[in-house]
Amino acid sequence: MSGDTALQERRKGAMRVLAHVPSAEIGARMAEVTVPPHRELRAAESGLVMVRGRVGGDGAPFNLGEATVSRAAVRLDSGQLGFGYVLGRDSEKARLIALCDALLQSPEHAQAIETRVVAPLRAQVQADQQRSAAEAAATRVDFYTMVRGEG
Amino acid sequence: MYVAVKGGERAIENAHRLLAHERRGDRSVPELSLSQISEQLGLAVDRVMSEGSLYDRELAALAIKQARGDLIEAIFLVRAFRATLPRFGATEPVDTGAMRVQRRVSSTFKDIPGGQVLGPTFDYTHRLLDPGLAQGGDPEDPALAATSDVPMPRVTDILGQDGLIEPSPAAEADAPVGDLTRDPLSFPAGRDLRLQNLARGDEGFLLALGYSTQRGYGRNHPFAGEIRFGEVEVEFFAEEIGFAVPLGSIELTECQMVNQFKGSATEPPCFTRGYGLAFGQSERKTMSMALVDRALRARELGEDVIAPAQDEEFVMSHSDNVQATGFVEHLKLPHYVDFQSELGLLRKLRQEFADANAAPALKEAAE
Repeated sequence: MSGDTALQERRKGAMRVLAHVPSAEIGARMAEVTVPPHRELRAAESGLVMVRGRVGGDGAPFNLGEATVSRAAVRLDSGQLGFGYVLGRDSEKARLIALCDALLQSPEHAQAIETRVVAPLRAQVQADQQRSAAEAAATRVDFYTMVRGEG
Repeated sequence: MYVAVKGGERAIENAHRLLAHERRGDRSVPELSLSQISEQLGLAVDRVMSEGSLYDRELAALAIKQARGDLIEAIFLVRAFRATLPRFGATEPVDTGAMRVQRRVSSTFKDIPGGQVLGPTFDYTHRLLDPGLAQGGDPEDPALAATSDVPMPRVTDILGQDGLIEPSPAAEADAPVGDLTRDPLSFPAGRDLRLQNLARGDEGFLLALGYSTQRGYGRNHPFAGEIRFGEVEVEFFAEEIGFAVPLGSIELTECQMVNQFKGSATEPPCFTRGYGLAFGQSERKTMSMALVDRALRARELGEDVIAPAQDEEFVMSHSDNVQATGFVEHLKLPHYVDFQSELGLLRKLRQEFADANAAPALKEAAE
């Protein structure tokens, strides 16, 4: 069971990273690893999800508005099923994410995907987010109290 | 009633051709690209996504280009597009407390954990036109500063710890979430439907209503407890996968309005609240939304419903600019038959009027 949970966390972690990267960059990283025979289980398609918020930020859910989403499913000939769901209308990106997801579940390929695709892209996404955070941090207000001069 | 009139096909075709020509403008001026609109007219894109009720920057940019910058027309185009796609389901509710904050200000507390972060804002600019911008050129790179790991709790969460503010209404297990894109509106509407309606409502309409509450039409003594803008992660539970899948992140603006107290014989007085949430950086929109959300809670909070902003049916029936523009603008479509019958009636009434006025004269003349 804990093995399943660890695998699920790895899959989610990879999806979380890949969702933030343009498909061309995922494709370029994928070109560096061996991809075994596979087929598309479900042709990539675009659709919508209804994005939900919460009243007051932490209360009952409500429907905020929709977002475009693309999804795809891939099966390796060795049996592993991979899924890709991602915001936007880039079906190639959904396919690549599904392929990575399938490969992460294959003992033979998981290591290569993790170290050569996901890890470098994670570093890149984190660097981008860190930069945004540093830009915001520079606009943080440092209040100081005016103190009357001596005498 | 309006009837189909034949004979206008050629004129319509040529009118659309002329529209495309005018949209392009002077052909010696470079054509706008979607990425130019998305990157450099970002707040227009945010508004079209919010009120078009569809998060997709590229589609919103295309709509703005196609609509020649008419944002309500662009919103109309986006709404029509969304009807062409299947819906896979609803996301997990987003956690704005975990937002990667680009901007976060509070007008109620100076020293809030995580601090006041101004972010990219028009506030404190002098609103002087900048001739330098007319020339163009790259601005300076943004300043950088050390980041901190101090969490940024919502200001309402801080007030809530001491019971000074009412808690948000809790989710009821298995209660369906109202969706006005699926079911026609009926009144009274729950807070979920009201917030969905306001989130896609016209910014100008909500701004005017919010303003009216400040000027005394349903006054509710607001403070901007917190406004935050940044990225939140979106997750979607997909049955076939068996866990909540990260879909990527979207930009959101959230406004927590803190309003005058309520209390009762059994409950100590505490601040009440109004809530605003919208796609993109939509500060005016979310502030207005929060004011109107609070005003619409009048009945729930035992206040007299005396002002337009407190009237749920009035607000919700008129907030949607696609519906509103459809009904107002349909007046310019051919109403020839309707008008002919009105004209016929008017002629008859005028004849009766003339007859009635002529009759005494004739009578007098006869005498």
